Amino acid sequence: MSDTLALVVFVAIFALAAFLIVLPRIVRSRELKRGTAATRAPAPPRPPAPPRPAPETVAPPAPVEVAPVEAPAEVAPVEPVRLRDRIGKTRASFAGLLGALRRGGKIDDESWDELEEALLLADVGMTTTEAVVQGVKERASATGADADALPALLRDEITERLERTATDRSLHHAADGPTVWLMVGVNGVGKTTTTAKLAKRELADGRKVLLAAADTFRAAAADQLAMWADRLGCAVVRGQDGGDPGAVVFDAMDAAAARSADVVLVDTAGRLHTKVNLMNELEKLKRIIERQPGALQEVLLVLDASTGQNGLAQAREFAGAVDITGVVLTKLDGTAKGGVVLAIEDEFGVPVKLVGLGEGADDLIPFDPAEFAAALVE
Amino acid sequence: MFESLSDRFEGIFTRLRGRGKLTEKDIDEVAREIRLALLEADVNVRVVKSFVARIKERANGAEVAKSLSPAQQVIKIVHEELVATLGGTAGKLTMNSRPPTVILLAGLQGSGKTTAAAKLARHLERDGKRVLLVGADLQRPAAVEQLRVLGERVGVPVTSIGTDPVAVARAGLEEAQRLGRNVVIVDTAGRLQIDTELMDELRAIRDAVNPDDALLVVDAMTGQEAVNVAETFAETIDLTGIVLTKLDGDARGGAALSVKEVTGRPIMFAGVGEKLEDFEPFHPDRMASRILGMGDMLTLIEKAEAAFDADQAAVATEKLRTGDFTLQDFLEQMRQMRKMGPLQNLVAMLPGVPKELRNAEVDEGELGKIEAIICSMTAQERNTPSIIDGSRRIRIAQGSGTTTQDVNALLKQFKQVSQMMKQFSKVNKKGKRRLTGLPPGLDPGMLGGAGGPGRLPTG
Repeated sequence: MSDTLALVVFVAIFALAAFLIVLPRIVRSRELKRGTAATRAPAPPRPPAPPRPAPETVAPPAPVEVAPVEAPAEVAPVEPVRLRDRIGKTRASFAGLLGALRRGGKIDDESWDELEEALLLADVGMTTTEAVVQGVKERASATGADADALPALLRDEITERLERTATDRSLHHAADGPTVWLMVGVNGVGKTTTTAKLAKRELADGRKVLLAAADTFRAAAADQLAMWADRLGCAVVRGQDGGDPGAVVFDAMDAAAARSADVVLVDTAGRLHTKVNLMNELEKLKRIIERQPGALQEVLLVLDASTGQNGLAQAREFAGAVDITGVVLTKLDGTAKGGVVLAIEDEFGVPVKLVGLGEGADDLIPFDPAEFAAALVE
Repeated sequence: MFESLSDRFEGIFTRLRGRGKLTEKDIDEVAREIRLALLEADVNVRVVKSFVARIKERANGAEVAKSLSPAQQVIKIVHEELVATLGGTAGKLTMNSRPPTVILLAGLQGSGKTTAAAKLARHLERDGKRVLLVGADLQRPAAVEQLRVLGERVGVPVTSIGTDPVAVARAGLEEAQRLGRNVVIVDTAGRLQIDTELMDELRAIRDAVNPDDALLVVDAMTGQEAVNVAETFAETIDLTGIVLTKLDGDARGGAALSVKEVTGRPIMFAGVGEKLEDFEPFHPDRMASRILGMGDMLTLIEKAEAAFDADQAAVATEKLRTGDFTLQDFLEQMRQMRKMGPLQNLVAMLPGVPKELRNAEVDEGELGKIEAIICSMTAQERNTPSIIDGSRRIRIAQGSGTTTQDVNALLKQFKQVSQMMKQFSKVNKKGKRRLTGLPPGLDPGMLGGAGGPGRLPTG
């Protein structure tokens, strides 16, 4: 036992020593990188990326950027008619809570506690919850409202917060040449399904769509996308399982030019935002797309509505690596509220652009702040 | 990334120092902090309420042990209560005395059921079981194909015969009899707990295969929703346990506490990486530390034991203490240490590390550079760095593909840190301070004078 302890003491000391020795170097190299990044021209193409298993062995340090204790912004998502239809009977918890608020009468401390709890239950997070409650308080004192009015005030507060952070929630197309949209996110959030849904939308708008199956890591991910392509009737570019996703993107760009596709949707492998080498791989994919100036119009972070406060860390890291242009909030057909997107919009100014409501190809609708807020309060 | 609970407490408790007992007011104050910490970790609001109530009860009037500060005392109580709630010891699968044992996996879309199925299969095969995987996810395109590929990788047969999930599951059982497999793992389609149709289907699958274990697969990043999910799945298929996935990220994993609390079922396994061997029994004590944002000493010990040669480490420790630690020793130990995983993660596991250090970002590539620089030195240079003059520096820089500034910085850092460590080791040798905190001399401020730009990359 004492041997073990001695060993651990040593490791601890040593790890610290190594850390301290390395630290200043890192700080410097980061600064250098930052300096050059500003002037970096469109990066040269670097096709073959090492296959995924290889990078894994080079243990990536967890990028622990100082994540402030942010709180997610408020509330529950929900798209109007469709969403409501879909979940109608099940949206119990919230209705119950806010129902209590509607008992009427004077606003007391209990009302505020209930409001706070409702927001926390929607994964809005402490910081943003406090800000929202504060906002509602100000509204209430300005209007002299009673408890009956709280749901409406909450809805207004949330809607306005969302409208303040983002005015443009549309998906952009290139003026000429192919448009590329890149899908990114952690594992299991629904990137492949979302890619298929977007394809369906674009096809319906009369555009020629090409899918790029750049998830070469997860077993059968490319098959999954290919099956969708087959159902929807569009082309798909895929590589070998375990192959280089960069090569797939490279080929897809070529294919898009050759077949004069209007829109290229790139599905990437799920990756935890803490894995530096995988985030680097993503940066590389982005650089390959950027060889064609103006093509990359959207980098969409796909986020599972049931995600808690970790959603902020995800947004931060993906934004840092590939400059996400929007968020797609998936699986909102459940009872999860996806409230963390409020904090994400607050903190990073990245707009939620779309909402996913199921596994069907049609279950993707534009995000609407007022509906999102209204559905929460109803 | 988050403030750890101990950081939060520090402020509150500085003024309480020296008091022998926690008063009710003190406890109210820390209860608020505990609540915040748990909410930030995504523990369900209602679970937090009952948990904090329990803590208050225990802490009320608790004698503060002599050896502990009030802060440590409360943290100890919180930690113990968390461990107790999370399940004391890891749960075990029920193995049927009449094979095959049937294990049913269920969960939301994207929680990681298929991957968990393959990982569990591998885990059980290594225990000497003969596993059959049944792909009953006919919903998601290519899900069965995914399971087949994974099954092949872990060397476990995969079957999926039929066109509806219930039939597939039933056929899987028959197939297991035929092939003489003694464990059957049924992978089902992801489903929302409010989708009555699919939940009915899940119940039908359960009835068809009568599982010995019904496991809910939960993503560690799940927020408040975890409670609703766990409750409904528990009602539908009588869960026997939980598998927590994607724990290799930076999520604090409060969902684990929520799920355990509402279902009362043990968390049996944890998925901790993308590779199929990244799957281990769940450790409530480690999870408790993680939720609280505290160091994870047990994991560190395990990793250290696996990666380090104890004798060599003892020699190196002695050298550190006497100041005979050379660049050669440094190189050797660094190589061993890198086997333990990213330096960043190691440092995060150490308790008592200032948060400026904990939060600093490490690029492992820089470690490679350092290795290259030392490797470009002669044996003599490594043992006596003072002989390294201008022309040697140039040679070393060229040999390692770095610049002379890099070489200079390394030498300077090494010298300063080894002096610092010498003092640190001395303290550890005689004192009781072993890892309970850094020696007073080692504060992040020192880094400023330590040759670097003196600014930490913390915001």
